[in-house]
Amino acid sequence: MSGFLGFVACVGLIAITVLTRAFFMIPRKEVPLPQWLKRGLKYAPLAALAAVIAPEIVMSNGHFIHTLADARLPAAAVALVYFFYKRNILGTIALGMLVYLPLHIGLGW
Amino acid sequence: MSGARPAPSALLQRARTIVRDPFFRTGSREMMGTGLGIAAWGLVTGVAMIKSGLSLPLALFMGLTVYAGSAQLAVLPLMTVGAPLWVVWFTALCVNLRFVILSSMWRSYFAHLSLRHRLAIGYFSGDVIFVNFMGRYPEARPQAEQLPYFWGAALTNWLAWQIPSTLGIFLADRIPLSWGLGFAGVLALMGVLLSMLNDRATWVASVVACTAAVAAFALPLKLNILVAIAAAVAAGLVAERLQKQAQQLPGKAGKEARP
Repeated sequence: MSGFLGFVACVGLIAITVLTRAFFMIPRKEVPLPQWLKRGLKYAPLAALAAVIAPEIVMSNGHFIHTLADARLPAAAVALVYFFYKRNILGTIALGMLVYLPLHIGLGW
Repeated sequence: MSGARPAPSALLQRARTIVRDPFFRTGSREMMGTGLGIAAWGLVTGVAMIKSGLSLPLALFMGLTVYAGSAQLAVLPLMTVGAPLWVVWFTALCVNLRFVILSSMWRSYFAHLSLRHRLAIGYFSGDVIFVNFMGRYPEARPQAEQLPYFWGAALTNWLAWQIPSTLGIFLADRIPLSWGLGFAGVLALMGVLLSMLNDRATWVASVVACTAAVAAFALPLKLNILVAIAAAVAAGLVAERLQKQAQQLPGKAGKEARP
């Protein structure tokens, strides 16, 4: 898809970004939600993050991985342990990549 | 900022007040930790746009305006094969549905602003900004410092994403996607997720979400994310209730919650 059609597609995508992210902020009056749902929705953000991350760590090409020789597993494990000791996200990313890149590029895991 | 449209100079003045507020810097500083991961992800998205056959101007236009990494990555393969527009849009809509849920919480803080300002806040609010903001202001009550805090975080996130994304577009031939640099983004989100786990209910909810997202991965349009959210909300509410019941039992406080 290129040229004009691609441009039209992108304009639609911009509208989707704005409309979804602002959705409940758009109406002037509050849209009433039941109390249990409001309480439950506090689990939505962490669920969304978990749902985005988990497949990126234990799946490849749409299938559960069949081998432990996958650079993502030791990297994620090291990052996890480091985070609980130091509570530092920047260090978690750096250390995780330090484990991941040599195994992935060097050994092809 | 209600009623008549403010003159550009008034808008500029307002922007200046926000930027000079000390909470603008706080918001910005608290985004720095995840910035590295966001940057790596932006770079990969920039490369992916060119590799999937978008022309340079179109890739720049998409990168600088759409500003939704997960949706972009999801629609790129569809655009490559020339899928119909509605399929492209519907896919992006599904990937972005999680933001609809988050927007209901943004409302409690920013409902008093003008529509234009609310739309701008929506456009710039990503996942990580949301998590940081809710971590700092867990009580849904508007405060004056929240607006500069938000814009500090939002602007930092925008730069941390856009600079590498644009670099990726221009350096697409030199940065192979096979290096797996995008994994830094996964690690960043993992750190953010771990920082949100503060009681048994949040642990249960996130383990359930991980399991559901993997189990439902075969669903089209990334609907596995919505399945995971629904499952986690239910699990979180049940865990909360069990925890409360366990605390009410005499002599059992703090022990494992079991039905």
